[in-house]
Amino acid sequence: MRNKTSLMLDAWGALKQNKAALFSFATMLTMIFLVIFGPMLSPFMVDQTDWYQLSAKPSFASGHIFGTDDLGRDLFVRVMYGGRISLMVGLVATLVSVIIGVSYGAIAGYVGGKVDAIMMRAVDVLYAMPFLFFVILLMVFFGRSILLIFIAIGAVNWLDIARIVRGQTLNLKGKEFVDAARAGGVSTTKIVFRHIVPNLLGLVVVYVALTVPQVILVESFLSFLGLGVQEPMTSWGALVNQGAKQMETSPWMLVFPGLFLATTLFCFNFIGDGLRDALDPKDRTRQND
Amino acid sequence: MTNLLIAQNLCVDFTSRGEKIQAVKNLSFYLEHNQSLGIVGESGSGKSQTVLSIMGLLESNGKATGSVVFDNKEILDLDKKELNKIRGKKIGMVFQDPMSSLNPYISIGAQMSGVLFNHTSLNKKEIKEACIEMLDAVKIPNPQQRFDSYSFELSGGMRQRVMIASALLTKPKLLIADEPTTALDVTVQEQILDLILEMKERFSMSVILITHDLGVVARSCERVLVLKDGLEQETGGLNQIFYNPRAAYTKELLFKSKEIGVDTKPGETKRNKNNSVTTKIKNLTVCFPIPKQTFFSKQEHLVAVDDVSLDVYEGEILGVVGESGSGKSTLAKNILRLIQPTKGKIELFGETLSLLDKKQMKKTRKKMQVVFQDPFSSLNPRMTVFETLSEPLNSFYPGMNRDSIEKDVEAAILEVGLGVEFLGRYPHELSGGQCQRIAIARALMPKPQLLICDEAVSALDASIRSEIIELLLGIKQKRKLTMIFIAHDLAVVKKICDRVIVMKKGRVVESGDTKDVFYSPKEAYTKKLLDSVPVPDPDLEHEKYNKRRLARQAKKLVKRGA
Repeated sequence: MRNKTSLMLDAWGALKQNKAALFSFATMLTMIFLVIFGPMLSPFMVDQTDWYQLSAKPSFASGHIFGTDDLGRDLFVRVMYGGRISLMVGLVATLVSVIIGVSYGAIAGYVGGKVDAIMMRAVDVLYAMPFLFFVILLMVFFGRSILLIFIAIGAVNWLDIARIVRGQTLNLKGKEFVDAARAGGVSTTKIVFRHIVPNLLGLVVVYVALTVPQVILVESFLSFLGLGVQEPMTSWGALVNQGAKQMETSPWMLVFPGLFLATTLFCFNFIGDGLRDALDPKDRTRQND
Repeated sequence: MTNLLIAQNLCVDFTSRGEKIQAVKNLSFYLEHNQSLGIVGESGSGKSQTVLSIMGLLESNGKATGSVVFDNKEILDLDKKELNKIRGKKIGMVFQDPMSSLNPYISIGAQMSGVLFNHTSLNKKEIKEACIEMLDAVKIPNPQQRFDSYSFELSGGMRQRVMIASALLTKPKLLIADEPTTALDVTVQEQILDLILEMKERFSMSVILITHDLGVVARSCERVLVLKDGLEQETGGLNQIFYNPRAAYTKELLFKSKEIGVDTKPGETKRNKNNSVTTKIKNLTVCFPIPKQTFFSKQEHLVAVDDVSLDVYEGEILGVVGESGSGKSTLAKNILRLIQPTKGKIELFGETLSLLDKKQMKKTRKKMQVVFQDPFSSLNPRMTVFETLSEPLNSFYPGMNRDSIEKDVEAAILEVGLGVEFLGRYPHELSGGQCQRIAIARALMPKPQLLICDEAVSALDASIRSEIIELLLGIKQKRKLTMIFIAHDLAVVKKICDRVIVMKKGRVVESGDTKDVFYSPKEAYTKKLLDSVPVPDPDLEHEKYNKRRLARQAKKLVKRGA
């Protein structure tokens, strides 16, 4: 049968066949749902201290199903709140850096010549800036805010993507289908976004799957240095950090945030793999012909 | 005389996704000492798999059964360690693509030494001497210096010489060459084939030559094995196969290769002298800057096209022939305005391309389209056939509604002989010939008047090649196209072109009507080019070979005398 499909529709069809990716996708959705609405189910506030339950074990009887930390705060609520920050940082910062990085790299690589040289030297200059120095500079000028973390992480991460994408674009530029498109009167912008970028997706998706976890960890590192989110707000990274210190006395403080963090990372890896395969027509077997 | 290699009931099976595919079916053949065997077939005939199974180099999902006796020893079921003692040492192999079979990160000397290091107990100095000696034997100039160069510093022909040299280092009893000259120019092909023959005599070894080109077989083999779909069609001596073929398939192959072979008469010039000039090129020069060694050194340029002037008349097929690097593709890209000329001007349908602004250029682009060489890389792997075909419509006729786009695309795919069921497929689901049909359909979408075929049939098998040529000729007739047909395959050019220009190093060496250029070439270069095309006629080829050998010997004597 004749079927007119686009890359995205086909990819979705293929993704549906991939059980691991689909399961991971569902898990991620559940997790996002949970971190948004979870705290409403709990009677405790994120900064509320239960003086009778300091470092309490998880129990249904007390209502602290994940236990409490050493200040008597409910860990379930804190993990949910932490998830909001961590997932937001992970997804938003990555998305921003991917969009900037792919466009920047693809344009530099495709246009080439002087434009390429100038664009890539700019990347080199930004690369040369130490990350921490950059973050501290931002904090000094604009004060501490969660938005700045996005900006700081995004501003550094797109550089890697731009470089990788540029290299790959140089390779794709020499392919004859690009020349054919030019002969077919297709404009430069369209060539970049219709011919070059789709062929980069496999690479980018793998990179994203690696970046999201990395960004979440960078955020926890910033928090550890006192540059990230501050008490009483929290993130998974910060929670794991605290939990690690009291691993011997109250292991649940490490186990629960760690479990959520690890699950997220696993899910992203499976989704990334699935997306890469789904976006590559070569890896698909078709049933209808 | 005992046989060096006897294969009996050789089968090669592949299992892929639970399906079993038989690549080679019950093949039996033998090879005598000092003999050369040609294995002929089109792609997919199992000719490469046959020798790979002998070498134990099958992919992991492949399995060979039957028996192969080499030098009185069964080698099919040997383990890797035993096999390594034979391959490389007693059997040498040369692959098709000299670009990818040499590692660009290791000097050729180091690469060659590796072979000797594994198979002999020579010390470093002796190994180096042996390598240089062998490089000298395959006629690489300055072997001492070449020993330390890297593969990218050598031309394709030189690389293939290096490959042969390293295959011969251990003085094997059998040399297997898998399409050794397919990626090379005809003139270089001639040298490499001569070299293989010469080495065969000198080291008294046997040769298995795999090729799809009957002309190559006629030139260099003593016995021939014809394969199709993994089945033996015919086997016999060279003269029997060529002058008295028994199998229908052999006859078909011979007919096809003769049909586009050099001994057919070219078509009468159909060009009407009164036809208008569609493309006029005047003193075109294209230079590419060579990357500077240091920041301050002077910018140097590579002259790809050097002062070329030519006219293309309406309704004719103009052939452009020349070796690789002769600037024929650069010329095409200039006409298409994919690169800018350094000097000179191109007039297309009365408009000078360099004077047009972006909008006018787009209008002119509609009139000229191109079909490229590599059918796989000329289609975007992430776009379906429908998307590929509709793209030119979207760009040239913005605002065209979806129904009429669909109608046009369907008409186009039927015109190139494919069905509408192909529209939803991706390029990797198509064969090379089908991809090329799609590329032709794409070029026809904006209804061009000038079609440039840049080596459009060079990457295809003989039978598919003649199908695609038929298709192109049919479309040309129907749509009254003007064609510029760029090729290094002289036979094809001779068959279909009205006029020919011969290019060498960016310059036009000779131009004229096909008949004149092919039957009474004026320039020595054209003669040499024509002579080097292998013809599927063993007697003629042997005559040519002996002539060349005598010429070489004479040259040597002169050199010594001086």
